[in-house]
Amino acid sequence: MIKKKRYALNGWSMVLAASVLVLVFSYIPMIWAFILSLQTGKGANLAFSGFANYERLLKDTAFWTAIGNTLLYALIHIPIMLIMALIVAVLLNDSKLKLRGFYRTCIFLPCVTSLVSYSILFKNIFGIDGIVNQVLLKCNAIDQAMPFLLDDKWAKLVIIVALIWRYSGYYMIFYLSALQNIDKSVYEAAEVDGCSFFQSFFKITVPLLKPIVYLTSIMALNSTLQLFDEVVNLTNGGPGNATRTISQYIYDLSFNYVPSYGYSAAVSYVVLVLVVILTVIQERITGEKNE
Amino acid sequence: MNKLKYVIKNLFLTIISLISIFPFYWMITGVTNESKDITMGKLTFGTSLFKNVKNAFGHAELWRAFLNSAMLAIVIVVLSLLVCSIAGYAFVIFPSKGKNILFFVIIASMMIPFAAKIIPMFRMFSGLKLLNNYLAIILPAIGSPFLIFFFKQNTHSYPVETIQAARVDGLNEFQIFINIYEPMMKSTYAAAGIFAFMASWNNYMWPLIALQDNSKFTLPLVVSSLAAEFTPDYGMIMVGILLSTIPVVIVFFVLQKSFVEGMVGSVK
Repeated sequence: MIKKKRYALNGWSMVLAASVLVLVFSYIPMIWAFILSLQTGKGANLAFSGFANYERLLKDTAFWTAIGNTLLYALIHIPIMLIMALIVAVLLNDSKLKLRGFYRTCIFLPCVTSLVSYSILFKNIFGIDGIVNQVLLKCNAIDQAMPFLLDDKWAKLVIIVALIWRYSGYYMIFYLSALQNIDKSVYEAAEVDGCSFFQSFFKITVPLLKPIVYLTSIMALNSTLQLFDEVVNLTNGGPGNATRTISQYIYDLSFNYVPSYGYSAAVSYVVLVLVVILTVIQERITGEKNE
Repeated sequence: MNKLKYVIKNLFLTIISLISIFPFYWMITGVTNESKDITMGKLTFGTSLFKNVKNAFGHAELWRAFLNSAMLAIVIVVLSLLVCSIAGYAFVIFPSKGKNILFFVIIASMMIPFAAKIIPMFRMFSGLKLLNNYLAIILPAIGSPFLIFFFKQNTHSYPVETIQAARVDGLNEFQIFINIYEPMMKSTYAAAGIFAFMASWNNYMWPLIALQDNSKFTLPLVVSSLAAEFTPDYGMIMVGILLSTIPVVIVFFVLQKSFVEGMVGSVK
């Protein structure tokens, strides 16, 4: 009896520090943010005002632009990136490939760049006089330099290209690790039975990787919905509001404009709800039979 | 036919690899060029390396930002590995209904976007008079739900018999964790260490809010503010970018083998 108690005590004492830290720095701020979202006023002078902030949201075009941009980034960049990562991982999971270690390292390398750094590099590379324009001009693909970062649509595209460049290798490592756990004899048996490469890819690889595809898509969605560093340093949300993300809007509302904590807390709550809803939807789509 | 396939495969991977490493080539040639040449897309090496380095360390005090970032990263990696690994371990070795619920609550917190927490956290730390203090950066970074999840996942493949044997030998639970579990899980620690290091080294939004003194700024803040100047000196910025990339490259290459092993263990 005493032994059992001591055993339980040991278990709880080991999880104590981590749990307290997580709870203090995620759930307390979350509850606090909800209380703030019901208050209006400038700076620290706040008074309760019911759901006024949430009503203001509905009419705030800057908010809807930011939400739309964020979802657009997620919708375009995540599928392209994960499919790329999967294709590269399948190609690299071939022991006959001589340069496999070299390719793997090269393709993973973008993940080591700091977010601020690679954003500045891309800003530079896609600048008016930047290398991309120089090359396109030399090839006569365009008559005059393209203002990539000054045009609404192109600026969004540059951000998406940058995101794909930075993160594909990261997810590729997850797929490669998972592929290495699949027993080789499964593929050999399939080959004996006359399965083509594509058949075994769709009939064996994809179903076995389903849990990891689910995990990576959740991770990618989560990080895209929180996009901040790249947009701030690549376009600073511009031109106008064209590339601004929701995280950046919350930041601006709290620290760049006249601080309206209550309203920005309301915006952040909408993001929270959005993340939860999208995660649940994604679980329905990709994760049906995942323990 | 098979040979053709092999060539196409290699060609494809070579193109992807080249695209992946091009920006690295760009930053390496960049440090040796004048700001004007960098904006004009000069692809060859120049002669301004010493001038850029001198400017970067003199004018912009990149050196101090580098040391600040390094110090923070080391403290955060050590503390978060310690705290999260013991929690991940206990969630597997001492399972109970209460702990399952707690684990779920911890994992669910990963869904909370950071932006949703910035105002309360800002007010929390200003209330504690800890703004502009490194504790404001370190404390929230220690308890990482992702690392707890990562250690729990890896502990599932840990041989439990060794723990029972150690109990028979009379070791207490904490001794078992430190003397038996930790040495056996080196590759998990290496992989988790890389994640923790990168998260701390790259951290941008929260330090931007919590730190106010230039002398306390971390590398991403300084590099970002250099690039946001009206006439940015790209030669100097490239030094900053290189400086913020090199440590991660070193950490990654030193731990690469263990990193891959640790990752394989986590997706089982």
